[in-house]
Amino acid sequence: MLLIPCPHCGPRPELEFSYGGEAHIARPRQPAELDDAAWANFLYTRRNTKGAHAERWRHARGCGRFFNVLRDTTSDKILTSYPVGAPRPDPRAADSAAPESAR
Amino acid sequence: MFRQRFSGLALIRRGLTGHRDWQPHWRKAAPLASYDAVIVGGGGHGLGAAYYLAREHGLTRVAVVEKGWIGGGNTGRNTTIIRSNYLFPQSAALYDHAVKMWGELSQVLNYNVMFSPRGVMMLAHTVHDVQVFKRHVHANRCAGVDNEWLEPEQAKAFCPPLNIGSDIRYPVLGAALQRRGGTARHDAVAWGYARAADALGVDIIENCEVTGIRRDSAGAVEALETSRGLIRTRKVGVSAAGNTSVVMAMAGVRLPLESYPLQALVSEPVKPVFPCVVMSNTIHAYISQSDKGELVIGAGTDAYTSYTQRGALHVNTHTLDAICELFPDFRRLRMLRNWGGIVDVTPDRSPIIAKTPVPGLYVNCGWGTGGFKATPGSAHLFAWTIARDEPHPINAPFNIERFRDGHLIDEAAAAAVAH
Repeated sequence: MLLIPCPHCGPRPELEFSYGGEAHIARPRQPAELDDAAWANFLYTRRNTKGAHAERWRHARGCGRFFNVLRDTTSDKILTSYPVGAPRPDPRAADSAAPESAR
Repeated sequence: MFRQRFSGLALIRRGLTGHRDWQPHWRKAAPLASYDAVIVGGGGHGLGAAYYLAREHGLTRVAVVEKGWIGGGNTGRNTTIIRSNYLFPQSAALYDHAVKMWGELSQVLNYNVMFSPRGVMMLAHTVHDVQVFKRHVHANRCAGVDNEWLEPEQAKAFCPPLNIGSDIRYPVLGAALQRRGGTARHDAVAWGYARAADALGVDIIENCEVTGIRRDSAGAVEALETSRGLIRTRKVGVSAAGNTSVVMAMAGVRLPLESYPLQALVSEPVKPVFPCVVMSNTIHAYISQSDKGELVIGAGTDAYTSYTQRGALHVNTHTLDAICELFPDFRRLRMLRNWGGIVDVTPDRSPIIAKTPVPGLYVNCGWGTGGFKATPGSAHLFAWTIARDEPHPINAPFNIERFRDGHLIDEAAAAAVAH
């Protein structure tokens, strides 16, 4: 089970969270202007990264808030967590910048 | 064709001489400079595709490249359940194509894959389940696939260890039974296809990881870069399960796939106690008994994408909670081993067996949590697609464009859970 560092509540067991999939996928501002391929791409295509993966989690049974996590999908090690809206951290820098609880 | 043909007589003869002159099932091949076609991924689906390319399409210069050892991925990690009672006609046709092939596979391959059509029973625990399963039964009958509805007492008669009491958290309200469903020996499927393909001249190249896909000026595939050197070929079939996204990215192709850990576990071996396969999608329990006596139990996927081939313990305990309630006799059994495999899941939970935008590149993926059952059919259809550069009518709906065009084969919505 993952120990997930919620930026608001600190480290909590995975059971308190729900997974929200790949992060940084912006909903198109004008969906009606997209062609079918672009819309399908937004809906379905994912990076499925093998390595540092930016993903959304929600502290569903805690503070209820969404946030982002950078996790290495080859080891499940959580590199860092950061608020929604913040840019994706550089995975090389993220390891040393991670809060104490996430290391 | 085979250097040694397996038979009862051969077994007796060698038994009398101490079993000393059995030969390896396949050669340890080193890669040649070029092939007519190369399959990436040495699981059941990939080995089978190579076999059918050689046997049915006359391609003899075929190789299978596998980064580890054959059958070491999901082929060796699944719970071996075989069934075809899917809701939509496209799915029923696809999976039933495989079930029909399972019946004769041991004879065709001269290798005992231990196919055992002992019946697969899917339990209904809620009114919604009952309605969905009855709809499946009717849809299957229209599609010519056997599936029948059982009342709880009939389910208990078919599987005596089952608890049909009304005092459990999710009582059994009935079941859908496919009698032609069952199990097979997963390793034997990989080894049988490998041996049969090898006998037809296919090179099976283990410890050979693909590191790049080279394309010519027109964009078509011209070679594979591997950890064992460059392999020239104009046709590449990717059959790499959880790592499909990684391989396809080498050719610049992105697919609607996500890779999740799926876990399974086995108990200590006991005498025959469990006559069939029982699945409960609603409370996540999948159980059968192997010929060695172990109870083979399938758990669910973890919530998050991962390539670690392991998963969290709470996923297994969730499944064991359900097993212990449905089969109280098993409460004191000890579990021997648990493990994980990485399954590639599509948004509609149906596979992709198709051509790709890159000429000469084909993909067989997206089998998610239920690919083993389809192995012979999937391999057969993938070989057809590669050899003829067009899909067989059965796998034509399972293309990549369905996500763009809205022609989903939405077994995810049909089952309302993982399946």
